[in-house]
Amino acid sequence: MLELHAVSKNFGGLQVLQDVNLRVPAGGIFGLIGPNGAGKTTVFNLITGLLQPSAGSIRFEGQSLLARKTHQITQAGIARTFQNIRVFKGMTLQDNVVAGMHAHLHYGSAAWLLALPAFRQQERWARARALELLSWVGLAARAQELADNLSYGEQRRLELARALATQPRLLLLDEPVAGMNSTEKTALMQEILAIRARGFTVLMIEHDMRFVMGLCEHIAVLNFGRIICQGTPEQVRQDPQVIEAYLGRDDADAADTVTDAAATLPGTATTAAADALAPAPGGSA
Amino acid sequence: MEWLDNFWAVYSNVVLSLGTNVLLALSIYLTLSCGMLAMANAAFMGIGAYTAALLSTHFDAPFALVLAAGMAAPALVALLMGAPTLRLSGVYLAMATLAFGEVVRIAVINSEDLTGGALGLNGIPQLTQWWTMLLALAGTLALLWRLRRARLGRAFEAIKEDETAAGLMGINVSATKLIAFTLGAAIAGLAGALNAHLTFFIGPGEFGFDRGVEILTMAVLGGIQNLLGPTLGALIVTLLPEALRSLRDYRLAVNGMILVLIVLFLPRGLVDPQALRAAWARLTQRKRAG
Repeated sequence: MLELHAVSKNFGGLQVLQDVNLRVPAGGIFGLIGPNGAGKTTVFNLITGLLQPSAGSIRFEGQSLLARKTHQITQAGIARTFQNIRVFKGMTLQDNVVAGMHAHLHYGSAAWLLALPAFRQQERWARARALELLSWVGLAARAQELADNLSYGEQRRLELARALATQPRLLLLDEPVAGMNSTEKTALMQEILAIRARGFTVLMIEHDMRFVMGLCEHIAVLNFGRIICQGTPEQVRQDPQVIEAYLGRDDADAADTVTDAAATLPGTATTAAADALAPAPGGSA
Repeated sequence: MEWLDNFWAVYSNVVLSLGTNVLLALSIYLTLSCGMLAMANAAFMGIGAYTAALLSTHFDAPFALVLAAGMAAPALVALLMGAPTLRLSGVYLAMATLAFGEVVRIAVINSEDLTGGALGLNGIPQLTQWWTMLLALAGTLALLWRLRRARLGRAFEAIKEDETAAGLMGINVSATKLIAFTLGAAIAGLAGALNAHLTFFIGPGEFGFDRGVEILTMAVLGGIQNLLGPTLGALIVTLLPEALRSLRDYRLAVNGMILVLIVLFLPRGLVDPQALRAAWARLTQRKRAG
């Protein structure tokens, strides 16, 4: 569905991404993980047209996304959320979601000027659809409140509903559970599974390993701007390069570290192995 | 109705210039509500005024056509100028549009044959009636009111809130900004055209930096959360100097003081629905508690 081929990105002399190849198949949940500063969000910015790659090609359903503007990429069927939430704070929840339907409302100037039936029908449809999407993320009851009044986790869910309103086929989630407590995380996991079941393809960046391992069928690991491993959660978990990237290497007895860490990874070293690797509730792994 | 005749004889000028100012405040409201601090509205007003005045003095054109041309000319200039400048944001856009205003002013002063240069244009027929002004105001307000409820108005708001996120909602940000800028220029041009046919005379000094600041003051003072804000702001900026007439020499100083105080204590403007709602909630809560 989405294909990155030999993508590189430099900011001046700084190489942020080098020769990144990524294939996201249709219909699943794909995870992109890696340590801080590895270039994950840059990958999202390249896909959504906020940045242009220095080299390489990005194709979505066979069409090149290079040199396209962000709104054209959205209209092609890709939506995203942000690591640092970007909801429209001064607007109501419902208006936030209706704003996402911009490209799907077709009425002329005369229609809105004179409140013709075409305008009224489509606006009514949009408002109803917005309520439905808000109910998917459990916010329908607060549709008329300002987005600014929502908690951190709620704003993330609103952003998700707003992204879905653009009617994407591919949904990019940038750290969807950052800052959420474990109850909220479990609820969001269910929501993402439900979204996948409705036929959306999901590509997510996430630090929470239980969350990623529990949800994703495929995972790619990015480290220092390179993809160092790509495969099923099981394969990724046992890849020595991944273990090294997350835990570092002790030169004296590197071999021991790798075997040791294989049990605990990709949770943190302090997390019990069983806990870190157990499939999360509702997970499909 | 004798008192009305008397009132009109004395104050018709104030009332009609009030109409002009409301139109101007609405013109900058449009760009502000799309997240752009564009300061070219005085220049657009000037382009509209000169276009209209030249048409009616030299060609004796019908007034409706004159007004249409007074809107079309600045809109066209805005369209040409907006494409390269609107990618600037914040203060940089303000600087570029201010510079454009100076260009227009100097160009008017130096093309003496056409515009009368620094001496301005004299003998413009007084074609603006109270009902022309009322019609223009009602039309503009109706247009902007409908706009707020439509897809386009929502796009303006989304761009104001977060340009990047708006683009990712499938909104063509640069095209939408250009629409707001052009429409604002047309409204400013309408104000200029109506005003020119009210005052008999126009000169380049009327459309300079001072006027630009005054237009911005009206919108900021009233608030840009809804249409009532710029309307009220224009009302205050126009009427306050009249109301303070008894203070004679201190008039302008007090006038300035009042504006400073309003901006200090109500940074979001006089009409702020959010603050009103919050105040109302506090009030009802207190009642319930007590």
